[in-house]
Formats: sequence, C-alpha cells, structure tokens
Amino acid sequence: MIEDLLLGVFAGTAAISAVAMLVARHPMRVAIALITCMLALAGIYALLGVHVIAIFQVLIYVGAVMVFIVYVIMLIDVRDSAYARRYSWMLVPGIVVAVALAAVIADAMWRGAAAPAGPAGATYGVQAFSEAFLNEYWLYFELVSVLLVAAVVAAISVVKLGIGRRG
Amino acid sequence: MDKTQLLVALGIALFAAGFVGVVIRRNALVMLMCMELMLNGVSLALVCFAQRMGATDGIVLVFLVFVVGAAEIAIAIPILLLLARTRLTLDVEAYADLKG
Repeated sequence: MIEDLLLGVFAGTAAISAVAMLVARHPMRVAIALITCMLALAGIYALLGVHVIAIFQVLIYVGAVMVFIVYVIMLIDVRDSAYARRYSWMLVPGIVVAVALAAVIADAMWRGAAAPAGPAGATYGVQAFSEAFLNEYWLYFELVSVLLVAAVVAAISVVKLGIGRRG
Repeated sequence: MDKTQLLVALGIALFAAGFVGVVIRRNALVMLMCMELMLNGVSLALVCFAQRMGATDGIVLVFLVFVVGAAEIAIAIPILLLLARTRLTLDVEAYADLKG
C-alpha cells in the first residue's frame, strides 16, 4: 500500500518536473527540473526492485551528466536572445505532433499483447547484475570501454579544433 | 490501473514532453536536456518490461544505454561550447545558415 503511494508520488513528481522543463525560462531551472525528474525516476527504479539501475541513475546521470551540464550553464552567459524569447515558431505544430505521437504510441501499446510476466517481484541487486554482466556480456563491457575512450578523444579534438580556429 | 501500465504511460509522457522541448525551445542547451528527458522516458519503459519479464539482459542493456548517453553528453557539450564561443549565442535560430 505504502509502495503504491510512493510510486504515485514519484510518478507525479517526474511528470510535473518534465512539464516544468518546458516552461522554465532560465537553463539552470530547466537543469534543476531535469535533476528532480531523474531522482524521481531513480526512486521508481528502487521501488520496482531494480536497485542497481537506481544507483546508476543517481551516479551516472545526476552525479556526472547533470553536474557537467550545470557547470557549462555557469560557464556560458545565458542571457542572450534565446533567454528573452523562449519558444520558436514551431510551438503549436510541435505540441500537436507530440500529442499525436504519444497517442499513436499509447494506442499501439495498449492494443498489443500483454507482456508475459516473469517471476513476480524479482529484485536485481549488484550481484545478479555483475554476474550476468561479466560472465555473459563481457564483450560489451570491453566495447563500452573502447566507446568511452573514443568519446574522450573526440571531446579533446573538438576543443583543440576550437582553440586552433581562434588563434 | 496496473503498475506496469502506469509506468509505461509515464515513459510515453516523458518521451513526448522531451520531444516537445526539442522542437519548441530555442536554447541549444535546453534542447540537449530535453533529449536526455526523451532518453530517460525510453529507459523507464525498458526497465519496466525487463523487470516484468524477469530478464537480467534488459537490466544490462539499460546500463549500456546509460553509458552511451553519458558519452553522447561528453561529445555534445564541447560542440555546444564551441558554437557559443564562435557566435556568442546559444539561440538555434542564429545557426539557421547551417542547413543546406
């Protein structure tokens, strides 16, 4: 009972902060709304019993990605023309297309066959996850490390490109 | 309403909200954050189905999606910084000449 209540609270928080992202003017407020949404999603994952994903959601998304974005917002002067005028001319068509898209996806999901249920209430701690990850999916683990190295090299080369062009 | 149905509906709503944000906002940084919102909505649906089916594979896949999302941000932010340095604005309408 208390779990259902908490699930509703977290789902409501996520939905409200997603809407707040669309109406907030300052990018820092958008970032704070996104952090709230991600933390609510981490709570939902923890309630579902997928503890390892809840931890990674907080560590990777909130701890690394959003801190990075907040840092960049502080670096950049945000009060330019995009600050004065929030929305582009795509406002009405964008909302119409998004509502249609959500309706089509929801309709397809509700008409499709129900997903087969597995062992009810299965929880995923670090042990089950890391056994599957390092026994069956070790190749993907290695590929991910290559991907991260490539991303670091690409980021450095982009920054060097900017320095070279300036001077 | 079933718990899985509620969460999948939330995932669809988050995806749609992120899509609206990417299309209607003018600030490139805000558009990037809305793309993250879309990714979060999709991974919520993926976690829901993986947990319902009792599939550890799905959980591993979600972790890989997280890592790819982090790499995407690590590339996208330097590009945005470069754009902001050269044109001194993050307004995407200032970059309309990029289209062919």
